[in-house]
Amino acid sequence: MYSETTHEDVHDEHDHHGPAKGLTRWITTTNHKDIGTLYLWLSFIMLLFGGSMAMVIRAELFQPGLQFVDPHFFNQMTTMHGLVMVFGAIMPAFVGLANWLIPMMIGAPDMALPRMNNWSFWILPFAFTMLSSTMFMEGGAPAFGWTFYAPLSTTFAPDSTDFFIFAVHLMGISSVMGAINIIATILNMRAPGMTMMKMPLFVWTWLITAYLLIAVMPVLAGAVTMMLTDRHFGTSFFDAAGGGDPVMFQHIFWFFGHPEVYIMILPAFGIISAIIPTFARKRLFGYSSMVYATASIAILSFMVWAHHMFTVGMPVQGELYFMYATILISIPTGVKIFNWVTTMWRGSMTFETPMLWALGFIVMFTIGGLSGLMLGVAPVDTQYHDTYFVVAHFHYVLVTGALYSIIAAFYYWVPKWTGHMYDEKLGKIHFWWSTIAVNVLFFPQHFLGLAGMPRRIPDYSLQFAEFNMISSLGGFAFGLAQIFFLYIVIKTIKGGKKATDQVWEGAIGLEFEQLSSPPPYHSFTTAPDVR
Amino acid sequence: MIFDKMSGRWSVALAGLSSMLMASSVQAEFALNMTEGVTPISRDIYWLHMLVFWICVVIGLIVFAVMAWSIVYHRKSKGAVASNFHESTVVEILWTVGPLLILIAIAIPATGILLDMEDAKTNADINLQVTGIQWKWKYTYVDEDISFISSLAQSSRDVIKDPTGKENYLLEVDNPVVLPINKKIRFLFHSADVIHAWWVPEFAVKQDVVPGFINDSWAIIEEPGIYRGQCAELCGKDHGFMPIVVHAVSQEEYAQWIAEKKSEAAAVAALADQEFSMQDLLATGEKVYQANCMACHGATGAGIPGAFPAMTGNSIVTGDIIEHTNVVMNGRAGTAMAAYKGQLSDVDLAAVITFERNSLGNSMGDLVQPSAIKNAR
Repeated sequence: MYSETTHEDVHDEHDHHGPAKGLTRWITTTNHKDIGTLYLWLSFIMLLFGGSMAMVIRAELFQPGLQFVDPHFFNQMTTMHGLVMVFGAIMPAFVGLANWLIPMMIGAPDMALPRMNNWSFWILPFAFTMLSSTMFMEGGAPAFGWTFYAPLSTTFAPDSTDFFIFAVHLMGISSVMGAINIIATILNMRAPGMTMMKMPLFVWTWLITAYLLIAVMPVLAGAVTMMLTDRHFGTSFFDAAGGGDPVMFQHIFWFFGHPEVYIMILPAFGIISAIIPTFARKRLFGYSSMVYATASIAILSFMVWAHHMFTVGMPVQGELYFMYATILISIPTGVKIFNWVTTMWRGSMTFETPMLWALGFIVMFTIGGLSGLMLGVAPVDTQYHDTYFVVAHFHYVLVTGALYSIIAAFYYWVPKWTGHMYDEKLGKIHFWWSTIAVNVLFFPQHFLGLAGMPRRIPDYSLQFAEFNMISSLGGFAFGLAQIFFLYIVIKTIKGGKKATDQVWEGAIGLEFEQLSSPPPYHSFTTAPDVR
Repeated sequence: MIFDKMSGRWSVALAGLSSMLMASSVQAEFALNMTEGVTPISRDIYWLHMLVFWICVVIGLIVFAVMAWSIVYHRKSKGAVASNFHESTVVEILWTVGPLLILIAIAIPATGILLDMEDAKTNADINLQVTGIQWKWKYTYVDEDISFISSLAQSSRDVIKDPTGKENYLLEVDNPVVLPINKKIRFLFHSADVIHAWWVPEFAVKQDVVPGFINDSWAIIEEPGIYRGQCAELCGKDHGFMPIVVHAVSQEEYAQWIAEKKSEAAAVAALADQEFSMQDLLATGEKVYQANCMACHGATGAGIPGAFPAMTGNSIVTGDIIEHTNVVMNGRAGTAMAAYKGQLSDVDLAAVITFERNSLGNSMGDLVQPSAIKNAR
């Protein structure tokens, strides 16, 4: 393209550093901020889409008996809810934050591979359109759970499963490209003097997350490809009748699935490690131990996958090993929580909205972490496995963990991104409304699980009725709170009190110290010297 | 009216919460905690569960107390000035080693219990084979040559739109398993189709039921009673509707029950040699269809397009009767269609095939006799 343009054209482009106009801007953009914005909006739309499916689930479970949907559709809802939330809401939100923040944090003008960046985003809307379209096909959407265990997902699955497989491939390609871009940016584009051990923890946690993505997304791709050939090309990877092994599917899936859990939480650790010091006005306690703890969690995450399979009939030696390795993860995770708490200790704290969400994260992620320790103890897991106790556990980790950190990040950085302060009062209402609702929603599910309610059932015996009704009410309230959040987001983008360049009194880092609010279109055209 | 019902539920909820605060024994009506169960393993697991639970509560409270202290006292509005410390190797080592010791304290009893749970083989008195089938259980008493299917009771199915007040809703079956108390029972698990999981909380037995594998587990039931459980692994459409009911009885009652089951089985087998009229076959066939085929192929035979084929006008059902019989008895490899040879008696098979050919919008006019099924086995 450049070879055909005149010198004047090139010059002209140099004069206009701002974005192109209209829809083309968003389709053809290679700018890290634009792409970050696209990711964040996609993620928000997916949050509301996956959330509306959760509302269907909670409506059906509001009372015993089948009132609204039939069991087949209920299973489609649980499956699609899980897939949309994991691959559509949480993961793209973190990639969006990485796009917006990493170049600004390390003193780079943009991401290292801007065109690939555009492509890795634009694959996703097509992937999710394809996945969602299965709901309108004959036989309905995939109904085998987001974990799609064979042979329920192969021999016994609806025809639409092939679309699901293709959609998962696309999501995987997008994630791997995004991860390559993030690694290339962090390793090559740091400003002079920005040594590895000076990088903000958000950059560190994303660097490690990106390696996890590159390592495990191909494993997921392998799993769905084997499903495809089992379904159509006469192989028997997972079909016992053909000499295959259905348990192997679970090993492959969880070899992807467990690191995936950390893909969804490590960047959250980075966000919390940025917010707590700012509002405690005190340096993060134990920076280097935080880096090492993140790395240990990432390495351990490859060695514990079969703790999702304690009831599958593994040899006892295997169960013992996976139990020991699993409970070990609570040590580096504990180190992180202790570090955050110690950062607050003898600080000078204020409680603006981002801090509230971060504190909510620490409390409720700790609850989810402790129930995770309980689940890791293999003999007791016999009773917990596949019950609502597990549902409560992973929602505490993923909703009040990952999602809370994303919302905290929004409130923390949105004044920097837009130049507008959000409405502090509305932000605080959003926090308290969500936090009360989410605990009404998920805390009773611990009791349901312990009392014996299996997960993924559309109807239940009467002794579970009270807690299910309470949980559903909390669910509806939590859903509404996120519609309220949408209003706050739009209001903040449209206007608001002018944010200062530093935004927060205690904020540190290149994005707060060296860039205006909002920052220029190309963050750092000349690298800042941080030696 | 809805509000009446709701306020009723709320008062139950409040009563439950307040009684939880006053006494620890809130059972059955409003369970909050794991059952202690009735087997040695279930009691061990309950004990370990409570141990880990209290450790977690203590750790959580310490973390939250320190946080709360900072939040209350180290806030800017109270004039707190931030101190400068941000590193301490000693502290870091302490909070790495401390948790490690706690983990070891948990791992030691956990290892012992896990090894106990694993030992299903030695000195088993009774071998019970459990086969998971979409969406029912088949129980085979390996040493007694008794075998039957156990599925959700009709009385639960009848109230599925509004189960208010239905006792044991979704937790009752047509044919419960009967087992003697104080005997070591070895369960052998196997699946005919997808993965299920057989779970009875009071026994602390939850074992995946996997096609191509035989898993085992064991229990010594120490108290007579009726114990209920459910399938715990998503196994398709009616995963929520395949309960488990076990009657634990004395050795004498158990022996008596075995004898009854055997004579019942002999009577059913004898029926196979009789000639049946079209009317009789259709009447029986309708019941068998509803219990076994309806979940996928639909009450009217419409199926679910894209997932399960329709019966109405189906090329197999309206085709050669021998091929039709073959498909029902042996299933279709590579599809969700199960083999019913091992699940249904000769009479039931003959009846359901006849029913499918002459009902659900089909009118082939032919029938198959139980004797023909017996020969086809």
